[in-house]
Amino acid sequence: MTRIALRLLSAIPTLFGVVIVTFLLTRVLPGDPAVFFASNPSMSTDDIAALREQLGLDKSLIEQFWIYLVALFQGDLGNSLTTGQTVMTEIINRLPASAELTVFAFLLAIGVSLPLGLAAALRPGSLIDHLSRLISTLGVSMPTFVTGLLLIYVFYFLLGVAPEPIGRMDPFLFDPPKVTGMLTVDALIAGDMEVFRAAFTQMILPAVTMALFALAPLTRMTRAAMLGTLGSEFVRTARASGLSRRKIIFTYAFRNALLPVVTTMGMTFSYMLGANVLVERVFSWPGIGAFAMDSIINLDYAPLQGFMLVMAAIFILVNLTTDIVVTIIDPRASK
Amino acid sequence: MTAPLLSVQNLTVDFTTRSGMVHVLEDVSFDIGAGEIIGIIGESGSGKSVTAYTVMGILDHAARIRSGRIAFEGTDVLQMDRRSRDNWRGKEASIIFQNPRTALNPIRAVGDQIADVIARHTPARASEVRGRAVAALKQVRIPDPERRMAAFPFELSGGLCQRIGIAIALACAPKLLIADEPTTGLDVTTQAVIMDLIRALASERGMSVALITHDLALAAEYCDRIVIMHAGHVVETAKTEDIIARPRHPYTARLLRSVPSLVDRIDELQAIEGSLPDLRREDLPPCRFAERCDRRLPTCDAGKFEAALVGPGHTVACRNPL
Amino acid sequence: MKSRAMQDRWDVIRHVVGGNPVNLIAFVLFALICLAALLGPVLAPQDPLATNAAFALQPPSTQFWFGTDQLGRDIFSRVLVATRLDLLIAFGAVGLSCLLGSLIGAMIGYWGGFWDGATSRVVDVLMAFPLFVLAMATVAALGNTVANVIYATAVINLPFYIRLARAEVRVRRGLGYVEAARVGGSGDWRILIRFLLPNIASPLVIQASVNLGWAVLNAAGLSFLGLGVRPPTPEWGIMVAEGARFIASGEWWVAAFPGFALMVTVFTFNLTGDALRDILDPRMRT
Repeated sequence: MTRIALRLLSAIPTLFGVVIVTFLLTRVLPGDPAVFFASNPSMSTDDIAALREQLGLDKSLIEQFWIYLVALFQGDLGNSLTTGQTVMTEIINRLPASAELTVFAFLLAIGVSLPLGLAAALRPGSLIDHLSRLISTLGVSMPTFVTGLLLIYVFYFLLGVAPEPIGRMDPFLFDPPKVTGMLTVDALIAGDMEVFRAAFTQMILPAVTMALFALAPLTRMTRAAMLGTLGSEFVRTARASGLSRRKIIFTYAFRNALLPVVTTMGMTFSYMLGANVLVERVFSWPGIGAFAMDSIINLDYAPLQGFMLVMAAIFILVNLTTDIVVTIIDPRASK
Repeated sequence: MTAPLLSVQNLTVDFTTRSGMVHVLEDVSFDIGAGEIIGIIGESGSGKSVTAYTVMGILDHAARIRSGRIAFEGTDVLQMDRRSRDNWRGKEASIIFQNPRTALNPIRAVGDQIADVIARHTPARASEVRGRAVAALKQVRIPDPERRMAAFPFELSGGLCQRIGIAIALACAPKLLIADEPTTGLDVTTQAVIMDLIRALASERGMSVALITHDLALAAEYCDRIVIMHAGHVVETAKTEDIIARPRHPYTARLLRSVPSLVDRIDELQAIEGSLPDLRREDLPPCRFAERCDRRLPTCDAGKFEAALVGPGHTVACRNPL
Repeated sequence: MKSRAMQDRWDVIRHVVGGNPVNLIAFVLFALICLAALLGPVLAPQDPLATNAAFALQPPSTQFWFGTDQLGRDIFSRVLVATRLDLLIAFGAVGLSCLLGSLIGAMIGYWGGFWDGATSRVVDVLMAFPLFVLAMATVAALGNTVANVIYATAVINLPFYIRLARAEVRVRRGLGYVEAARVGGSGDWRILIRFLLPNIASPLVIQASVNLGWAVLNAAGLSFLGLGVRPPTPEWGIMVAEGARFIASGEWWVAAFPGFALMVTVFTFNLTGDALRDILDPRMRT
């Protein structure tokens, strides 16, 4: 317990560092947003100066950082210049779309890679072993945006089984009443199976694209870790004690193999957060990745700042979770 | 002599590796009587551990059992189906290993690891299993067994881990315990304590023990009989006192001269020259010691030969014994 | 002694390349890709930038092997010519981060102290971002140019090299040959550059070769989003992005061929990286 608390505390300096990096990175953006808006000919130099003042760009960097920090503590991430909304509202509106997709893809990847890696390790040299190795080598070589386009071509254009790869919802259906913002979950809460089906089928292709990307490292690690524990001395002891195959594979070998696999899951999730931006672009998915891209193109730095902070915060949270799970599995880690 | 508990007959085992076939065991035969403690002695690479693993059925995938019989109370364990073999090991015969710490599951409480074996082999109800696991810990003289149930291997000393290993092995009261270098990783005082424990438990239960070690002095102290192995062959078998007093195989004699506590004067102490032959060779001589031997005769290379009885219970595989 | 070691290494190379046909294929592909990068503009049958509205969106044929895009440009020529730019970005980024990272890592590993702690903190913070997101933001901040894509990809690779070099130097700092050099009067810099860096080169090269495929993916991902490379420059990522518009209407070749080139390149780099690791580091051989 104390270890978990300590781990939580140790994340604070990192989080502070993340805030600094985010601030600096977005402050060196080459285009002064005020000048960008000034390209609108109806604006005079006075208007620009007023805008600069309004945005706080006339103050020193330290002052700006302090203002930024104070605002941050009040949950104020600034305003999006393009949409006029507060960044917080935008992120809260768009995060569920990204979360729904990423989490579903992640579960899909785990659901396939763990059994696959396990089966491959149990029968080295078998067909399933070769399959798992093919997947882990191909998977790391497939750019997500190419996989996504390939899937669209096959399942939408050729076979016609997938819905049009635009957005989260069939345009002829209404969104379910908003509870979590995740359409499939909200549809289930509302008990509307038709909407659920529509939202779910819309999600399949982008989720498979992301899952394929995550499959490789997870399968590779599960297989390697299982091979390691299956060859270990304590599994030999268990075999010599006549324990059942099931007990040996799951209670002895797999539980031990899970330790490196859980760590890899954390890493993979981080890569998925990045790949998220690409997948959202391919499938016109209205998540925060697409939002961030819009802000980059418009030199709108407050949303970009907000996006990077949210991403880093999620990643830090994922790492914390990984640590906690490891602590639960491994008694050595909590001492 | 009554029928032995375990009888290994003409066991031949090969390993297939990337650099070729390794002839690890050839025609290995020996018996273990009920209640007897025998020592299986040899340098590393002599095949003593492979013999033990073959008996327990825990060889890895690269191993091929070419021929032989391993009769346990008259039944050939090599012919058992997987289910009966699983029922047999851990219950009728058990093994403890060299590195007690790594031989235990690092993330499972030691009490649970003992309970797993008990639950597997006895009809005990779940509520009884814990009590029997505590009893198993008590038997190996672990202080405060109730509290130790929840301990993890990394929290225990090497000696305590080996006691846990013994508790797991003996939880279902087997008739045979194979101890594979059980004290090699432990310090000297703990060694004696563990060996005394094994001997005491064996005599309490009338259990047979096969002590596998490279340490002839240790075997001489604890074993009734000794089997000497060299490069996958059994070269000599005899009662401990006969081996010590009247070794007949040149290798045994050399082995004895290399043990400080078994030589009379320190200047008699000698290392054994040469090394084991490469067991991947296809042209291994019939006597695999021949190339290191100073009593080699031309007849030594003339085809296979059987071990000969040279005294009561004393066999030697040599054409020119001492 | 030297020739014996060379002989061993040569045996290992023969074993790794000859024993596994996949490795052989990987090395051949690697050579072909490098050749395409060097000679691409010479070999290209057509001008990669020449538009021809009459031949827009032609499917693959004997005239246009990979078909044409919406402006009638020959996709085969564009894919071929793009090799140089994509490889330049990847090699540039990996080379930069490897050089800089190992130098920084070796220095903080050797001297320790304040700079070690400070640099390690910065590295921790950089690693707290999803790396692709960090690269995106870096290009956005530095400006939308190819050079900045190289810098951004280098930045997200940097932490790995710093950590690796630091760890390797720390292990070796107290070893006999370093002490001997110190007693022999060598200064810190001399020890670092003459004795330590050559000794840690092997793991760094392995890391770099394994990284290369990943760097290609990252750079192409950035340009797919429209960061860095600008049209009409032929580059695989941006070509896939342009072709993406035609996928849903069935003109698959516009996006597929540059995507396929990207895939084969990354696949080849990953395989050669693994093979190189087998040759340089016998301990990790599987």
